Amino acid sequence: MKNLKKITALLLAMVLAVGLMAGCGGGDGKGGAADDKGKVYVYCFGDYFDPELEYEFEEATGYDVVIDYFDTNEELYPVIKNNTAQYDVICASDYMIAKLIDGGLLGEINYDNVPNAANITENVKPFFDEFDPGMKYSLPHTWGTYGIMYNKAMVDAAEIDSWKDLWDEKYKEQIVMPDSLREMYMIAGKILGYSMNTTSEKEVKEMTELLLKQKPLVYKLANDSARELMIGESAALAVITSGEVLYSQELNENIGFVIPEEGTEVWTDCWALTANAANKEGGEAWINFMLDGDVAEDNFEYLTYAIPNIHVDDVTEEPVLNPSAEVLAKCETLKNLGAEADDMYSKYWKEYKSE
Amino acid sequence: MTKKLFSGPFLAFILCGTIVPMCVIAFYGLTDRSGAFTLENILAIATRNHAQALGLSLGLALISTAICLLLAFPLGLILKDSKLGKKGFMVFVFILPMWMNFLLRTMAWQVLLERNGIINIALKALGLPLLDIINTPAAVVLGMVYDYLPFMVLPIYNALIKIDKSLIEAAYDLGADRALVLRKVLIPLSVPGIVSGITMVFVPSLTTFAISTMLGGGKVNLIGNIIEQEFTVSSNWNLGAGLSLVMMVFIIISMALIEKFDREGEGNMI
Repeated sequence: MKNLKKITALLLAMVLAVGLMAGCGGGDGKGGAADDKGKVYVYCFGDYFDPELEYEFEEATGYDVVIDYFDTNEELYPVIKNNTAQYDVICASDYMIAKLIDGGLLGEINYDNVPNAANITENVKPFFDEFDPGMKYSLPHTWGTYGIMYNKAMVDAAEIDSWKDLWDEKYKEQIVMPDSLREMYMIAGKILGYSMNTTSEKEVKEMTELLLKQKPLVYKLANDSARELMIGESAALAVITSGEVLYSQELNENIGFVIPEEGTEVWTDCWALTANAANKEGGEAWINFMLDGDVAEDNFEYLTYAIPNIHVDDVTEEPVLNPSAEVLAKCETLKNLGAEADDMYSKYWKEYKSE
Repeated sequence: MTKKLFSGPFLAFILCGTIVPMCVIAFYGLTDRSGAFTLENILAIATRNHAQALGLSLGLALISTAICLLLAFPLGLILKDSKLGKKGFMVFVFILPMWMNFLLRTMAWQVLLERNGIINIALKALGLPLLDIINTPAAVVLGMVYDYLPFMVLPIYNALIKIDKSLIEAAYDLGADRALVLRKVLIPLSVPGIVSGITMVFVPSLTTFAISTMLGGGKVNLIGNIIEQEFTVSSNWNLGAGLSLVMMVFIIISMALIEKFDREGEGNMI
């Protein structure tokens, strides 16, 4: 027992020591920047850019970066609205950018400080008409679509071309659906011919009924773990965003991806400046850095999500990441519907979940 | 005076960490989005979806508490009598997994139980029928039992080793057999430990949302999941806070019920 105590103490000491050293290491890296120009506070989705870039940015610009992370757009909103922590630059999805602009919570970008905005590809610019006309407040980080990922060894690839295939009895217990309210209603809406932004209770009710019919066939409702289930072949079909496809194909060559013929949701995640940013130039420097060709390439390698940057050739040449114009014409972007409609959706979603 | 001084940090912690947040939750729970007073968020527990989720949570929490108790009491007896137990080694082995974050351990079960997971691959290789419990309430109960079992074992073990050996010997001298000793001596004297174990397993099982999300595959909707959803996705903090208040009342009621059985009054030392 005495020995055991000693070993335990030693282990604990080692853990502490490693922790301390790691802490110091981080501190040294930051303090080492030659010309200290102040701090840039960044608020971003977790794991949404190559972490090495944080240090590259500090070295290239002389700013210190402080980054905090969140999981969903809905978590970001109250933080920015109540100004509980002062961030200079944030990353958010299209519909949340619109909500933040409406609330007067974003600051206009000075393009003189963001010369790399010239690197943005043309194809994403029309999306901004829906939430930030003229790209005054936001610039794109990544974009993508939702589609059906399938395993060629488990299903006949030629048969999968419609959202309706997810209602096919023969795939019982083989289907992974998103654990996400709006995406689920997008799918049901595309089948029934309704907009994913409908606020008609009758339509939402009908979509809920359709989803409930499919529920017995669903193996799991999952967001981030969906790709692991496909790679591990625990499921044959999964609704997933296009950015996950290249990564999954690297690990399992049987994986394919299709955007259903009814159309789908197209989303854009953007960088934006907060209205009361203490360090606006620093925030612009961060955005400018993220739009740099080499940095975008690094991010693409790291994320495999489509990065709309003219210098990232792999993206522009990859069909999965670049749906044709006809497909895009049938796509919709998610819109913020207001509290009343949110509550209505939430009520029906709970009904779906608890059934 | 010095006593007061030393209690300062603790009082400040209680104030900032417990009392103020509780007041904020109560404020959100009793108002609507515009800030006007309402009881709607509290009464919302009666709607079918919420009541159903609460019922399911209560059911699964009761089942996992019962399983933990059935596993932990005999284990406590074994640990109490074993030579290894005296040296604390077995107890150490039991606490060891608690050094790892419980979310990671739950995630590990997800990988183990998956249709093409490690357990099923092994079963397939041995030609045995496959285990198909992932994404069902059974997997959620498994997760709860696995995560919270140490919280049941330790208080019971502590209560059992505190029992004076001479009491047990006296019972044997007076002609009691093993079953009678268990029934009349060991169990009654370990009630404080059992009660504290039950509270420590039941309460977190009732309110969990992480275990049901990971092992229930989004298909097992507990009240914890609904509250989490209101905060992170539906952005209805008022409803989420209102339902949390109802949950607190439920926990207070269940703790009061448990305490009734705790004659020694030691069980509430959590």
